[in-house]
Amino acid sequence: MKNNSMKKAFGGLILDTSFRILVPFTLVYGMYILTHGEYSPGGGFQAGALVAVGIVLVRMIQGGDKDMFNVSGPMAVVCAGVGTFIYAGTGWLTIFGGGLFLDYGALPVPMHHLAELHALGILMIEIGVTVCVMMTIINIMDAIIERLDDDLEEEVECDGNNH
Amino acid sequence: MTRVLTTILMTAVTALFCFCTVFLPPIGDPNSAPNQHVTPYYIENAKEDTGSPNIVTATLADYRGFDTLWETSVMFVSGLTAFLILMNSTEIGDKIMPKKGEKGGAKREE
Repeated sequence: MKNNSMKKAFGGLILDTSFRILVPFTLVYGMYILTHGEYSPGGGFQAGALVAVGIVLVRMIQGGDKDMFNVSGPMAVVCAGVGTFIYAGTGWLTIFGGGLFLDYGALPVPMHHLAELHALGILMIEIGVTVCVMMTIINIMDAIIERLDDDLEEEVECDGNNH
Repeated sequence: MTRVLTTILMTAVTALFCFCTVFLPPIGDPNSAPNQHVTPYYIENAKEDTGSPNIVTATLADYRGFDTLWETSVMFVSGLTAFLILMNSTEIGDKIMPKKGEKGGAKREE
């Protein structure tokens, strides 16, 4: 049955094809940029934008309520804050490990090489940045969609009063 | 009144910031303070200090991690502000105004 659910069409050839080609590659590419961030310039911000684009595409193609990644409303706002908190939490972890704020060499993790600890610290803060950027973009899209829905409701109400 | 005050304040702060750029060293000046101490140190020690083969990442996430933390916070807060403005305002003509009482959340809950 699971195979059947993947083969089912959403609505038209163009939407199906773009969904199946664009969304997986966008998400995988976002994850690649995130995990490769230590070796390439940037990282978190770009990865967040890419993953958010993937989720926005899913929501635009599949519609509001029954899409695959249904994170919206208060939960999305909380997640954006959690992303920022992961970043600050990494800084506090290094304080508990006996170092300075964001001094990755002092992370309380059993690793011997300083370079490994720094790579882990950079990955942690970039995960935080990614979550924050992703959820912020989704929040703004949610707000715009809500406004559109409100406007549509108003128009329907006005039409009802007139006739 | 608030709008006038805000306009004056924003203009003054913008003018102040623009005026301060006069004191910045020219871009690429080899004799400026950061290019004499900080940049050579980063270029020479980034690999050993941070373990990252990329100097941009080493500077952004490690040497200047505190700066990036607040960069992220600014992005979160500005996104939240845009979210709140979009959620709690309504369009009248071509102006965006705060929602009035009957359209706000208080009435909707009843």
